[in-house]
Amino acid sequence: MLLIRCPYCEEERPELEFRNAGEAHIARPTNIAAETDDDFEKFFFIRANPKGVIYERWRHIHGCARFFNAVRDTVTDKFVMTYKAGEPKPAKLPGAAK
Amino acid sequence: MAKAAAKTKAAASASVERRPALAGRTLSAPGVKVEILPPAERVSLRAPQASVAALSKALGVTLPVKPKSSAAKDGRTALWLGPDEWMIIDEAGNDPLADCAKVTALHSAVGISHRNVGISVAGPAAAVTVNSGCPQDLSLEAFPVGAASRTILGKSEIVLLRIAADVFRVECWRSFSDYVFTLLSEAASDAAN
Repeated sequence: MLLIRCPYCEEERPELEFRNAGEAHIARPTNIAAETDDDFEKFFFIRANPKGVIYERWRHIHGCARFFNAVRDTVTDKFVMTYKAGEPKPAKLPGAAK
Repeated sequence: MAKAAAKTKAAASASVERRPALAGRTLSAPGVKVEILPPAERVSLRAPQASVAALSKALGVTLPVKPKSSAAKDGRTALWLGPDEWMIIDEAGNDPLADCAKVTALHSAVGISHRNVGISVAGPAAAVTVNSGCPQDLSLEAFPVGAASRTILGKSEIVLLRIAADVFRVECWRSFSDYVFTLLSEAASDAAN
Protein backbone atom coordinates (compact mmCIF):
# COMPACT_ATOMS: atom_id res chain seq x y z
CA MET A 1 0.00 0.00 0.00
CA LEU A 2 1.21 3.49 -0.82
CA LEU A 3 1.74 5.96 1.97
CA ILE A 4 0.68 9.48 1.04
CA ARG A 5 1.69 12.51 3.06
CA CYS A 6 -1.29 14.71 3.86
CA PRO A 7 -0.08 18.31 4.28
CA TYR A 8 -2.95 19.03 6.70
CA CYS A 9 -2.55 15.94 8.89
CA GLU A 10 1.22 16.46 8.62
CA GLU A 11 2.00 12.78 8.32
CA GLU A 12 1.98 9.85 5.95
CA ARG A 13 -1.30 7.99 5.81
CA PRO A 14 -2.39 4.85 3.95
CA GLU A 15 -3.64 5.36 0.41
CA LEU A 16 -7.06 3.86 1.23
CA GLU A 17 -7.94 7.11 3.00
CA PHE A 18 -7.37 9.14 -0.18
CA ARG A 19 -9.20 9.83 -3.42
CA ASN A 20 -7.75 11.22 -6.61
CA ALA A 21 -9.43 14.38 -7.88
CA GLY A 22 -7.89 15.02 -11.29
CA GLU A 23 -5.24 17.39 -12.56
CA ALA A 24 -4.23 20.36 -10.44
CA HIS A 25 -3.63 24.01 -11.32
CA ILE A 26 -6.41 24.30 -13.88
CA ALA A 27 -7.60 27.87 -13.64
CA ARG A 28 -11.26 28.48 -14.31
CA PRO A 29 -11.73 31.28 -16.85
CA THR A 30 -12.74 34.56 -15.19
CA ASN A 31 -15.38 35.26 -17.83
CA ILE A 32 -16.60 31.84 -18.86
CA ALA A 33 -19.46 33.20 -20.99
CA ALA A 34 -17.00 34.94 -23.31
CA GLU A 35 -14.94 31.80 -23.88
CA THR A 36 -14.81 30.47 -27.39
CA ASP A 37 -15.81 26.86 -27.84
CA ASP A 38 -12.22 25.89 -28.53
CA ASP A 39 -10.93 27.55 -25.37
CA PHE A 40 -13.71 26.03 -23.33
CA GLU A 41 -12.92 22.60 -24.69
CA LYS A 42 -9.28 23.07 -23.70
CA PHE A 43 -10.23 24.17 -20.19
CA PHE A 44 -12.94 21.60 -19.65
CA PHE A 45 -11.81 18.43 -21.37
CA ILE A 46 -8.18 18.53 -22.37
CA ARG A 47 -5.71 17.32 -19.76
CA ALA A 48 -1.95 16.98 -20.01
CA ASN A 49 -1.82 13.24 -19.18
CA PRO A 50 1.98 13.16 -19.23
CA LYS A 51 4.27 10.19 -18.89
CA GLY A 52 6.31 11.16 -15.88
CA VAL A 53 5.75 13.90 -13.33
CA ILE A 54 2.16 15.04 -13.00
CA TYR A 55 0.53 17.62 -10.69
CA GLU A 56 -2.71 16.31 -9.27
CA ARG A 57 -5.39 17.19 -6.77
CA TRP A 58 -6.01 14.59 -4.12
CA ARG A 59 -8.49 14.49 -1.31
CA HIS A 60 -7.94 12.99 2.13
CA ILE A 61 -11.58 11.96 2.09
CA HIS A 62 -11.48 9.41 4.93
CA GLY A 63 -9.27 11.63 7.06
CA CYS A 64 -9.31 15.39 7.36
CA ALA A 65 -11.46 15.58 4.17
CA ARG A 66 -9.20 18.31 2.75
CA PHE A 67 -8.18 18.71 -0.89
CA PHE A 68 -4.47 19.14 -1.50
CA ASN A 69 -2.06 18.96 -4.40
CA ALA A 70 0.40 16.18 -5.04
CA VAL A 71 3.28 15.67 -7.44
CA ARG A 72 3.32 12.10 -8.66
CA ASP A 73 5.33 10.18 -11.20
CA THR A 74 2.95 8.29 -13.48
CA VAL A 75 5.65 5.80 -14.47
CA THR A 76 6.82 4.73 -11.02
CA ASP A 77 3.57 5.70 -9.24
CA LYS A 78 5.73 7.33 -6.55
CA PHE A 79 4.63 10.52 -4.84
CA VAL A 80 7.37 13.13 -5.17
CA MET A 81 5.78 15.62 -2.76
CA THR A 82 2.46 17.02 -1.57
CA TYR A 83 1.48 20.58 -0.71
CA LYS A 84 -1.59 22.44 0.46
CA ALA A 85 -4.33 23.52 -1.92
CA GLY A 86 -3.94 27.10 -3.11
CA GLU A 87 -0.17 27.04 -2.89
CA PRO A 88 1.73 27.67 -6.15
CA LYS A 89 3.37 24.90 -8.11
CA PRO A 90 6.69 24.13 -6.42
CA ALA A 91 9.52 25.68 -8.41
CA LYS A 92 11.91 22.87 -7.56
CA LEU A 93 11.03 19.28 -6.84
CA PRO A 94 12.92 17.51 -4.07
CA GLY A 95 15.02 14.43 -4.62
CA ALA A 96 15.58 12.70 -7.92
CA ALA A 97 12.90 14.52 -9.86
CA LYS A 98 13.94 15.30 -13.40
CA MET B 1 -27.85 26.71 15.39
CA ALA B 2 -30.04 27.83 18.24
CA LYS B 3 -32.99 26.34 16.45
CA ALA B 4 -31.28 22.98 16.14
CA ALA B 5 -30.56 22.95 19.86
CA ALA B 6 -34.16 23.73 20.71
CA LYS B 7 -35.27 20.90 18.47
CA THR B 8 -33.07 18.39 20.27
CA LYS B 9 -34.51 19.47 23.60
CA ALA B 10 -38.05 19.04 22.33
CA ALA B 11 -37.30 15.61 20.94
CA ALA B 12 -35.78 14.52 24.22
CA SER B 13 -38.85 15.51 26.19
CA ALA B 14 -41.26 13.74 23.86
CA SER B 15 -42.41 10.30 24.91
CA VAL B 16 -40.83 8.54 21.96
CA GLU B 17 -38.75 5.61 23.08
CA ARG B 18 -35.19 5.82 21.84
CA ARG B 19 -33.95 2.60 20.34
CA PRO B 20 -30.20 2.68 19.90
CA ALA B 21 -28.84 0.46 17.16
CA LEU B 22 -27.46 -2.86 18.34
CA ALA B 23 -27.92 -1.81 21.97
CA GLY B 24 -26.28 -4.11 24.46
CA ARG B 25 -24.46 -6.29 21.97
CA THR B 26 -21.10 -7.50 23.17
CA LEU B 27 -18.56 -10.02 22.11
CA SER B 28 -15.82 -11.38 24.29
CA ALA B 29 -12.88 -13.17 22.78
CA PRO B 30 -9.64 -14.11 24.51
CA GLY B 31 -7.67 -10.85 24.73
CA VAL B 32 -10.33 -8.45 23.51
CA LYS B 33 -13.89 -7.39 24.23
CA VAL B 34 -16.06 -5.61 21.67
CA GLU B 35 -19.18 -3.90 22.94
CA ILE B 36 -21.71 -1.29 21.90
CA LEU B 37 -21.40 1.82 24.06
CA PRO B 38 -24.41 3.53 25.62
CA PRO B 39 -25.93 6.47 23.71
CA ALA B 40 -24.03 9.77 23.93
CA GLU B 41 -24.53 13.33 22.78
CA ARG B 42 -22.49 14.19 19.70
CA VAL B 43 -21.92 17.34 17.72
CA SER B 44 -20.20 17.88 14.40
CA LEU B 45 -18.50 21.24 14.77
CA ARG B 46 -16.98 23.36 12.02
CA ALA B 47 -15.39 26.67 12.85
CA PRO B 48 -12.63 28.98 11.61
CA GLN B 49 -9.51 29.67 13.67
CA ALA B 50 -10.96 32.92 15.04
CA SER B 51 -13.88 31.15 16.75
CA VAL B 52 -11.91 28.36 18.41
CA ALA B 53 -11.24 30.21 21.66
CA ALA B 54 -14.87 31.23 22.19
CA LEU B 55 -16.14 27.74 21.40
CA SER B 56 -13.57 26.11 23.69
CA LYS B 57 -14.75 28.34 26.51
CA ALA B 58 -18.43 27.57 25.90
CA LEU B 59 -17.85 23.83 25.64
CA GLY B 60 -15.53 23.70 28.64
CA VAL B 61 -12.99 21.69 26.71
CA THR B 62 -10.14 23.17 24.68
CA LEU B 63 -10.60 22.31 21.02
CA PRO B 64 -7.37 20.61 19.90
CA VAL B 65 -5.59 22.22 16.95
CA LYS B 66 -2.92 19.55 16.50
CA PRO B 67 -3.75 16.94 13.86
CA LYS B 68 -4.82 13.49 15.10
CA SER B 69 -5.35 14.65 18.67
CA SER B 70 -8.19 14.98 21.14
CA ALA B 71 -8.96 16.70 24.42
CA ALA B 72 -11.22 15.45 27.19
CA LYS B 73 -12.71 17.03 30.28
CA ASP B 74 -15.62 16.04 32.52
CA GLY B 75 -16.99 13.35 30.25
CA ARG B 76 -16.76 15.52 27.16
CA THR B 77 -14.27 14.76 24.40
CA ALA B 78 -13.30 16.98 21.48
CA LEU B 79 -11.74 15.12 18.56
CA TRP B 80 -9.72 16.87 15.85
CA LEU B 81 -11.05 15.66 12.50
CA GLY B 82 -9.74 18.36 10.17
CA PRO B 83 -8.18 21.84 10.29
CA ASP B 84 -11.60 23.37 10.95
CA GLU B 85 -13.62 20.34 11.97
CA TRP B 86 -14.17 18.63 15.31
CA MET B 87 -16.42 15.98 16.76
CA ILE B 88 -17.67 16.57 20.27
CA ILE B 89 -18.78 13.53 22.25
CA ASP B 90 -20.51 14.07 25.57
CA GLU B 91 -21.04 11.03 27.76
CA ALA B 92 -22.06 12.95 30.89
CA GLY B 93 -25.58 13.64 29.66
CA ASN B 94 -25.04 17.35 29.00
CA ASP B 95 -25.96 18.99 25.72
CA PRO B 96 -22.92 20.34 23.82
CA LEU B 97 -25.22 21.64 21.08
CA ALA B 98 -26.87 24.02 23.53
CA ASP B 99 -23.45 25.20 24.70
CA CYS B 100 -22.43 25.93 21.11
CA ALA B 101 -25.69 27.78 20.47
CA LYS B 102 -24.67 30.41 23.04
CA VAL B 103 -21.56 31.32 21.05
CA THR B 104 -21.94 34.30 18.72
CA ALA B 105 -18.64 33.67 16.92
CA LEU B 106 -18.99 32.13 13.46
CA HIS B 107 -19.41 28.37 13.61
CA SER B 108 -21.61 25.50 12.49
CA ALA B 109 -22.71 22.93 15.05
CA VAL B 110 -24.83 20.01 13.93
CA GLY B 111 -26.25 17.46 16.33
CA ILE B 112 -25.32 13.94 15.21
CA SER B 113 -26.09 12.05 18.43
CA HIS B 114 -28.41 9.59 16.73
CA ARG B 115 -26.37 9.31 13.55
CA ASN B 116 -23.45 7.62 15.25
CA VAL B 117 -22.93 4.45 17.20
CA GLY B 118 -19.98 4.09 19.55
CA ILE B 119 -18.23 0.74 19.85
CA SER B 120 -15.61 -0.02 22.46
CA VAL B 121 -12.75 -2.36 21.61
CA ALA B 122 -10.82 -3.17 24.76
CA GLY B 123 -8.13 -5.61 25.74
CA PRO B 124 -4.52 -6.49 24.96
CA ALA B 125 -5.49 -7.46 21.39
CA ALA B 126 -7.53 -4.29 20.74
CA ALA B 127 -5.02 -2.75 18.32
CA VAL B 128 -4.75 -6.00 16.33
CA THR B 129 -8.54 -6.19 16.17
CA VAL B 130 -8.96 -2.66 14.84
CA ASN B 131 -6.01 -3.12 12.49
CA SER B 132 -7.78 -6.02 10.81
CA GLY B 133 -9.80 -3.46 8.86
CA CYS B 134 -8.02 -0.18 9.52
CA PRO B 135 -4.79 0.50 7.63
CA GLN B 136 -3.39 3.06 10.07
CA ASP B 137 -0.32 2.46 12.20
CA LEU B 138 -1.79 1.87 15.67
CA SER B 139 1.47 1.40 17.55
CA LEU B 140 1.68 3.56 20.66
CA GLU B 141 4.41 5.71 19.03
CA ALA B 142 2.28 6.57 16.00
CA PHE B 143 -1.14 6.51 17.64
CA PRO B 144 -0.65 7.38 21.33
CA VAL B 145 -3.33 7.48 24.02
CA GLY B 146 -5.65 10.37 23.19
CA ALA B 147 -5.00 10.18 19.46
CA ALA B 148 -8.11 10.51 17.32
CA SER B 149 -8.60 10.26 13.61
CA ARG B 150 -11.20 9.74 10.97
CA THR B 151 -10.18 6.71 8.97
CA ILE B 152 -11.67 3.60 7.43
CA LEU B 153 -12.48 0.16 8.73
CA GLY B 154 -13.02 -2.30 5.93
CA LYS B 155 -15.50 -0.55 3.66
CA SER B 156 -16.88 1.81 6.26
CA GLU B 157 -15.68 5.20 7.45
CA ILE B 158 -15.05 5.39 11.19
CA VAL B 159 -13.70 7.83 13.73
CA LEU B 160 -11.13 6.15 15.92
CA LEU B 161 -10.14 7.36 19.39
CA ARG B 162 -7.59 5.73 21.62
CA ILE B 163 -8.85 6.10 25.19
CA ALA B 164 -6.14 3.99 26.83
CA ALA B 165 -3.21 1.92 25.61
CA ASP B 166 -5.51 -1.04 25.02
CA VAL B 167 -8.92 0.64 24.69
CA PHE B 168 -10.29 2.11 21.47
CA ARG B 169 -13.55 3.89 20.79
CA VAL B 170 -14.85 3.30 17.28
CA GLU B 171 -17.52 5.73 16.09
CA CYS B 172 -19.42 4.76 12.97
CA TRP B 173 -22.63 5.72 11.26
CA ARG B 174 -25.72 4.00 12.60
CA SER B 175 -26.50 2.31 9.29
CA PHE B 176 -22.94 0.93 9.14
CA SER B 177 -22.95 -0.25 12.74
CA ASP B 178 -24.02 -3.81 12.01
CA TYR B 179 -21.23 -4.18 9.46
CA VAL B 180 -18.65 -2.55 11.72
CA PHE B 181 -19.64 -4.58 14.77
CA THR B 182 -19.64 -7.85 12.83
CA LEU B 183 -16.28 -7.08 11.27
CA LEU B 184 -14.79 -6.22 14.66
CA SER B 185 -16.32 -9.37 16.19
CA GLU B 186 -14.80 -11.59 13.53
CA ALA B 187 -11.50 -9.78 13.90
CA ALA B 188 -11.61 -10.18 17.67
CA SER B 189 -11.97 -13.94 17.33
CA ASP B 190 -9.07 -13.98 14.86
CA ALA B 191 -6.91 -11.70 16.98
CA ALA B 192 -6.87 -14.26 19.75
CA ASN B 193 -5.10 -16.77 17.53
